[in-house]
Amino acid sequence: MKQLASLSRIFAILGKEFIQMRRDRLTFGMMVGIPLMQLFLFGYAINTDPRHLPTLMEIGDTGHASRAIVQAMETSEYFDIIGVSPDRAHSDAALRDGVASFVVSIPPGFERDLLRGERPQILLDVDASDPVAAGAGSGAFGPLVQEALEPLLGEMISPVETVIHRRYNPAGTTALNIVPGLLGVILTMTMAMMTSMALTREAERGTLEALLSTPARPFEVMIGKIAPFVFVGAVQVILMLLGARFLFGVPFLGDPRAFVLAVSLFILVNLSLGFLFSTMARTQMQAMQMTFFIFMPSILLSGFMFPFAAMPAWAQTIGEAIPTTHFIRAMRAIMLKGAQMEDVWWNIWPLGVIFMVIATLAMARYRQTLD
Amino acid sequence: MTREFAVSVEGLSKKFGLKTVVDGFSMDVPKGSIYGFLGPNGSGKTTTIRMMCGLLRPDEGGGHALGHDIRTESREIKSRVGYMTQRFSLYEDLTVKENLEFMARLHAVPKPGEVVANALGEYELEPRAKQMAGELSGGWKQRLALAAASLHGPGLLLLDEPTAGVDPKARRDFWDRIRRLARQGVTVLVSTHYMDEAVQCDYIAFIAYGKKLIDAPAADIPDAVGLTTWRVEGKGLQPAYEALENAPGVDQIARFGSALHVSGLDAVTLDRALAPWRDRDGLTVAPAKTGLEEAFIWLMTGAQDNFQ
Repeated sequence: MKQLASLSRIFAILGKEFIQMRRDRLTFGMMVGIPLMQLFLFGYAINTDPRHLPTLMEIGDTGHASRAIVQAMETSEYFDIIGVSPDRAHSDAALRDGVASFVVSIPPGFERDLLRGERPQILLDVDASDPVAAGAGSGAFGPLVQEALEPLLGEMISPVETVIHRRYNPAGTTALNIVPGLLGVILTMTMAMMTSMALTREAERGTLEALLSTPARPFEVMIGKIAPFVFVGAVQVILMLLGARFLFGVPFLGDPRAFVLAVSLFILVNLSLGFLFSTMARTQMQAMQMTFFIFMPSILLSGFMFPFAAMPAWAQTIGEAIPTTHFIRAMRAIMLKGAQMEDVWWNIWPLGVIFMVIATLAMARYRQTLD
Repeated sequence: MTREFAVSVEGLSKKFGLKTVVDGFSMDVPKGSIYGFLGPNGSGKTTTIRMMCGLLRPDEGGGHALGHDIRTESREIKSRVGYMTQRFSLYEDLTVKENLEFMARLHAVPKPGEVVANALGEYELEPRAKQMAGELSGGWKQRLALAAASLHGPGLLLLDEPTAGVDPKARRDFWDRIRRLARQGVTVLVSTHYMDEAVQCDYIAFIAYGKKLIDAPAADIPDAVGLTTWRVEGKGLQPAYEALENAPGVDQIARFGSALHVSGLDAVTLDRALAPWRDRDGLTVAPAKTGLEEAFIWLMTGAQDNFQ
């Protein structure tokens, strides 16, 4: 009998847990949503053997041999040839801005030298700032060229010399790529979460009612609450920059003004995101859960952990809408590639647009009265 | 109109979703009076108070608070009204003094340092100035909240169940302070569940289901309710209580110390019900004036809980 009573008590508690679980929609959504989201992203979007990376060709020789190489590259799946570069300056800019991950240069007189057996050089410039993205293509390039030329020359011992230039991160150090990205991820996490929690705390503890019963205007409350986090964000950035420099030897080659502009905009984006969450969440717990929903795609789809170019087109489209994506690109370009304002501008203006959209949404939801 | 009344509202209505919380509420609060706001839980007291101080916009109706339109001039009202919320709404992780300083600055009080020092003195909070507000007991929290609500010298205080969960001594002290403020010319609108507090009000409005049932000077309330009351005193009250409880003509029976107060709307049938008890040994049955207490028990029982 005693055991039966115990069992009925256990079932009573179990039943109560399910009732509460069902009523707490957000937690329920998280329990179902997060595994599905992860399954989807890891299963379909993420590819650690990146293929189809954008490649530019610099062709000084249009003979059979060159054509054979281009054809072999196209069929290899590693390279997506996006065009022909007119000169070195154009190729450099494309690599720096991240338009191209590879540039292949075939020198003038390549076929002639090849037939004379002079072992001409083919140059492969690689944007190695992301070692994972760069690795697969550069590894495959040498054998691929060799194979392409076999029908023309018969079997020879390495008829060409493939020179691989790893730009921006010659040693392929992962830290160089991770650290600037981490700046984006940490700001996303802390800024959005801290603001949304700080604002929700007032409502949860009932202090918001007292605050609203004073003549304080809504925008005064909002600015007063959010401004401290701009300062917190600035401290975080400075700490991370110092750490990046002195612990990991990450260089800072680009324009500091572009850096400050990108960081400021990105902090504003995340603060307004936190503000938006706070208008939807009733408790701090909910605010935190909402932050997680935005945090996960920010890690997985932004190019922070896995090469952006290796993702399928639909995942890239989603990624373009994530502010962290643009921020991380700008950070890598500025810190590692010495980008100037005009080089990263096309990654900075989307941050401004995203900020305007989120801030407008948040302001529309934030109302003066308690209704 | 607005010169004699601190608050004057007409036909206030508010809906949350489909539920009408306040329905056609009108009220005039004379300046310098203590106006009691009574009613069961969920009857719309808090919502009405919020509409009066500009925190909520009424769906229908309108009016004035301290001469300002409650629909369009909520900012002016907020700067002249002190609102003490039902739930403690100051910062538990700030000290007593920090809380007062914060509120003083939000109200843009001139010379905030002086104002806070005065408030600390007046409310005898000086010894606890450096204590965290969260560590205070219920009574002290309410005292701090009252100090914070009256820092900026408001002409109208809206107190939403200010003494809920506070011990009797602290409640008495709290009411002493409210009366002192009223003597200084502050109009006080206070909602409460406690009848001993309601008795201290100059006027009383009783609200249930979002509608005002009675609104009169406190002294007139018993007459307005229309009960006749007899006082039964002596030994062996329990059998009398049990017998009278369901007797025709007896609408309400309540114990007051060693006496029973038996009330009914119809004086004749009540008299008939009491007749058998008049000649009992040790029992005296005498006519009594219907007090506020009986009137409130009557009103409360009639209104029940609004959440059903």
